[in-house]
Amino acid sequence: MSSSHARTETLHPSPARRLGSWLRNPWGRPRFLWAVAIAYMAWSLLPVAIAVLFSFNSTRSLTSWQGFSTQWYVGNVSSVWDDPVLLDALTQSLKLAALTVLIAVPLGVTFALALDRWRGRGSGTANFVMLFSFITPEIAIGVALFLFFVQVAEGIGPGFTAQLMGLSMFMMAYPVIVVRARLLSIGKEYEEAAMDLGASPLESLRRVLLPLLAPAIFASAVIVFAASIDNFVISQQLSVGADTQTVPILIYSSARRGPLPSLNALASLTLFASTLLIAIAALAYRRRTRAQRAVEHGVRPLQVPLGS
Amino acid sequence: MTERAEAGATGAWFPRWFWPSFAAPASLWLLLLFLIPFYVILAIAFGDIDPIFLTPTPVYSPLRWDVTAFRDLVSSIFTSGSIYQNAFTHTLLFVSVASLLCLVIGYPVAYFLARHAGRWKTLFLVLFLAPFWISYMMRMLAWINLLQPSGYVNRILESLGVIEAPVAWLNGKPLTVILGLTYGYVPYMILPLFATLDRIPSSMLEASRDLGAGGVPTFRRVTLPMSRQGILAGLVIVALPMFGDYFTTTLLAGTRNTAMIGNLIQTSIQSSLVQTGASLVLILLALLIVPMLYYLRATERAEELFAA
Repeated sequence: MSSSHARTETLHPSPARRLGSWLRNPWGRPRFLWAVAIAYMAWSLLPVAIAVLFSFNSTRSLTSWQGFSTQWYVGNVSSVWDDPVLLDALTQSLKLAALTVLIAVPLGVTFALALDRWRGRGSGTANFVMLFSFITPEIAIGVALFLFFVQVAEGIGPGFTAQLMGLSMFMMAYPVIVVRARLLSIGKEYEEAAMDLGASPLESLRRVLLPLLAPAIFASAVIVFAASIDNFVISQQLSVGADTQTVPILIYSSARRGPLPSLNALASLTLFASTLLIAIAALAYRRRTRAQRAVEHGVRPLQVPLGS
Repeated sequence: MTERAEAGATGAWFPRWFWPSFAAPASLWLLLLFLIPFYVILAIAFGDIDPIFLTPTPVYSPLRWDVTAFRDLVSSIFTSGSIYQNAFTHTLLFVSVASLLCLVIGYPVAYFLARHAGRWKTLFLVLFLAPFWISYMMRMLAWINLLQPSGYVNRILESLGVIEAPVAWLNGKPLTVILGLTYGYVPYMILPLFATLDRIPSSMLEASRDLGAGGVPTFRRVTLPMSRQGILAGLVIVALPMFGDYFTTTLLAGTRNTAMIGNLIQTSIQSSLVQTGASLVLILLALLIVPMLYYLRATERAEELFAA
């Protein structure tokens, strides 16, 4: 009965019918939904693709395509490579993101371990504060940090150190969430086995648990790096002058002032950097967890990844 | 007795202080860079102002807090026609329309992803997730390029005969701001919706159809109620950061009559009306505390379900 129904519909397709047909028959060919999904994807990605394309424009126009050139990356006096303002913003962004990873990831990983294993009264509070910091609108955090560094921590003051401290606090939630999820799926058996075999708590942590957590730690490091390199609000609230200007701050301040394609080139470079990192991380994560799943299912019981 | 049993469950070999000590560095970081800065905001909002230099003097003892300035600010928000009230009504309008648009766009896309993407699911997921690691500023820059008077949007609309002359999209148009916010935050809506829709077992839908419900009643009485959690979570996730947004409207409209609460905070802090800025942050948080707590409760419950 339903098949004859579907047939009459394909014979007389009308937009209203199609909208109705995916509601009536969720197992039929959902042309309407495919159209929506593809339209959404075009809307979401085409503007960015066009912006990347125009970073390769051969003239200074951002609205009409004149041919391919890499002069806005290197060569032209106002290219990313040759304009010190752009190059400084890029190095500043990379520096801030890398150092944020170095602080936020260890803090987050130890915090995740503590939350997973320590069931005291304080752990709930600490977790709540951490999650609360993560969903507070960034402008509130940015202003609070700015006033803190102006009024209380005057010795440090707004600037690169303040940016680094603020961002590493805000980004800590990523490793906590990713590592906790992984800890839940690992369980405690490996550590207990290690300690049955005579390992001390610290040894079992270092030689058993950390290697098992490595993919999750690596993945969260990449997420923190990508999120920090794109961070705008906190970095802007704590920035003073050109020395602490990151790529998003520079885009924000010059996007409406008749920018050159070199601004697109700068934005594209950070996009390439995060895409490359995410791709590497995804591949590495899949390989590591696949190998571990094989171990967990007893395929290669002798190769438990100890300190690899 | 029970304490010892608990200790056994969490690994009896660890000394009692072992895991809590892991939480110490991150907790210290949260205390120093989240809790204390927010206390500074309170101390400034309810503090004194130097009568000569008009600089704020934080008052750290709650017993000596003075709420007059705060009360004046609140009453000026309720004064019709004040810049404060304008910003609040704009923010409410922009955020509610943009959040609903996010839902209207995000729901079919998430539904498609969960039910119909089939073997393309991974590819689609990667593409739908792409906006997460493309910098927000770059996505806005892309639209600034497209919405220039000579940009592609005007050229396409003109060639289709929709408009006669180029439209100045970037000069104080609320529509541009709303669409910009929607574009910026819709990926955050799709993710929780996808997670909920993906979890609805198709046997539920089959059962509903076996019991004689057609497609539309099945959607209305099974799919929609079962995805209510995801809808609410999605709305909260997109609305929270939108309420604190000040950069989207600055970049896409840049006029006084499209200013949002975030712009008020930003300009107050910059023009040394620091006390007003701090008070506005408190008012913003007071507005958002209910959805924030709701969201934390919801994720906590989801975590419990996941752990069970």
